[in-house]
Amino acid sequence: MNAGSPTPAVPTLTAVDAPRSSSLKRRFSWNGAYEKCIRIVLLCCALVSVITTAAIVFVLLYESVLWFPGHTPFFGKVSLIEFLTASQWTPQFAGNQHFGIMPLICGTLLTTVTAGAIGLPMGLASAIYLSEYASPQARSVLKPSLELLAGIPTVVYGYIGLFFLTPMLIKPVLSGVFGLSVDGFNALSGGIVVGMMIMPMVASLSEDVLRAVPSSLREAGYALGATKYDVSAKIIVPSALSGIIASFLLALSRAIGETMAVAIACGARPQLTLNPLRQIQTMTSFIVNIMQGDTPVGSIEYQSLYAVALVLFLITLTMNYVSQWILRRYREAYQ
Amino acid sequence: MSTEQHHSPTPDSDRPPSVGQASQNEQRFPQPEVTPMPNAVSGSTGSLETRRSAGPSLPPPTLGAAANATPDAKRTTKIQTQDMGFFYGTHQALQKITLNIPERSVTALIGPSGCGKSTYLRSLNRMNDIIEGTRITGTVLLDGEDIYARDVDVVELRKRVGMVFQKSTPFPKSIFDNIAFGPRIAGVSSMATLTPLVERCLKQAALWNEVKDRLKDSALALSGGQQQRLCIARALATNPDVLLMDEPASALDPGSTARIEDLIDDLRKNYTIVIVTHNMQQAARVSELTAFFCMGRLVEVGRTKQLFTNPKEKETEDYITGRFG
Ligand SMILES: Nc1ncnc2c1ncn2[C@@H]1O[C@H](COP(=O)(O)OP(=O)(O)O)[C@@H](O)[C@H]1O
Ligand SMILES: [Mg+2]
Repeated sequence: MNAGSPTPAVPTLTAVDAPRSSSLKRRFSWNGAYEKCIRIVLLCCALVSVITTAAIVFVLLYESVLWFPGHTPFFGKVSLIEFLTASQWTPQFAGNQHFGIMPLICGTLLTTVTAGAIGLPMGLASAIYLSEYASPQARSVLKPSLELLAGIPTVVYGYIGLFFLTPMLIKPVLSGVFGLSVDGFNALSGGIVVGMMIMPMVASLSEDVLRAVPSSLREAGYALGATKYDVSAKIIVPSALSGIIASFLLALSRAIGETMAVAIACGARPQLTLNPLRQIQTMTSFIVNIMQGDTPVGSIEYQSLYAVALVLFLITLTMNYVSQWILRRYREAYQ
Repeated sequence: MSTEQHHSPTPDSDRPPSVGQASQNEQRFPQPEVTPMPNAVSGSTGSLETRRSAGPSLPPPTLGAAANATPDAKRTTKIQTQDMGFFYGTHQALQKITLNIPERSVTALIGPSGCGKSTYLRSLNRMNDIIEGTRITGTVLLDGEDIYARDVDVVELRKRVGMVFQKSTPFPKSIFDNIAFGPRIAGVSSMATLTPLVERCLKQAALWNEVKDRLKDSALALSGGQQQRLCIARALATNPDVLLMDEPASALDPGSTARIEDLIDDLRKNYTIVIVTHNMQQAARVSELTAFFCMGRLVEVGRTKQLFTNPKEKETEDYITGRFG
């Protein structure tokens, strides 16, 4: 067989094959149209999220910084300097309006730090327990209950803070025993319940990164006479540190954005204070409060809502982005 | 750890009930040296925690009954496994392993893959405890003490029986911190103790000259061969008597392999080394004794030279001449 050599004796392909259509041009077929439809529907669904984000960003910018004929944005009426440095936030006090976002940022900081101080260590401890210590039976009980904790509506947490934590725990202990004055609404109760809310999130994200540490490192540790605690605390956690930090940042950005629980438990009085026992207002609870009132659309207090929302958006966006970046780097390190 | 209870002292039925049966085993698997151990059946005399004061509770070594007793017979038996079986759940990975490992020597374990070499090795420092649902039968004695006895401190055992794995496993820490890991978890924290210790271990592992200027650098930046020597140095830092090595050079280039083999040759003076290897030339080069495993059984054990030149069993001959496995 001289199949490789081109000889004229070999019959041409067209002579053997079935006759094919004379034109290369595509023709209409129902199958092709169907394919195209599916493609378009899927694309539209995917685009919804992009469009929504773009629309939200546009609205935020429109009300706070974009000038149009006949439309003055928030920062056209209030200077950025005042916004960032003034110490009072009183947009609803007609005649005595101050627009210093600092009290709101302080409020958010208080609840977030409290939530972090409680939720992050507890979440990490649960993650270590789940990934290093728990027997399969213990896991099968703990995992679903953590998910349940994550599934409780945030309003419920708010009321737990207001009607249980403050009167039955914080007040008896801090004001009963230590003689401190505690407000009925306070940042501490809100911070604690938000801490409980972010704990399952930290636990589940951190558990994933702990489990991703190669088990050969665990074995090497045990082979050196390490106890379970040595292996967890001195090998696994340091190896997974960047992933753990990323999960912390995600959880904190969730705490910053948390609204209902703090609106209910922490009250609605913006104060420039770092005392967690005072009534405060966070950026998010200011936004809900404005929405509840009858603030005229287009007024300066209405627009202040968008300015606050823009700040909030920028903070959480940055934190999410940083944590994603850390997580990505972490994944590369182990693959 | 729910597996602990499975490792409790084995039922008497798994043990050789009489000396007569034990010597039967010895005839089937001629041992290089046979050291009768009265403690073996009745359990250990002292716990591992007290071993340094108590010392090995071995009777003076005697020449074995078997005719092929070797000059090693003058050495004490370091590790003795008797009628050992091992189960992963219901899958029996090892059966009836009776093997004596002499002190300060290199014992090689060879055999086709999946025959249970790693399982055997890992049962000598109870690394298999980590795997859920495993069970061991028979006895494993270290210096005459049953390491699976209820009162044994596994952490102490593992400090005494170090292990090096096939894949090098440096911790993502500095070179210094890697070596200092074992001593630190054992409570040594003063740099005055750690610094010379780290230096000694790195020298013993023939790595000192390459890393002495960058002890603070990450261990992950070392080459594969260097990482493996680092792991050996790290294992030496807990001051073990025994070093278990599971194919320590199988992932390395020939140059690094040669360095590891030289290292093993140096270490044999002070340590009891058990090495699993796929490479029969390597077994021939580094070991004094070789044990051939096949399908979860110990087929033959003998002096390395004798086993490779004049194997007693047909299976061994087939394997070492490359006819199977
Ligand atoms: N973790 C495990 N779980 C279940 N079976 C295992 C496990 N590890 C090893 N085995 C089985 O035990 C047998 C012996 O394995 P191993 O000791 O790793 O062999 P070798 O090291 O000689 O290649 C094999 O059949 C293997 O499938
Ligand atoms: Mg193996």
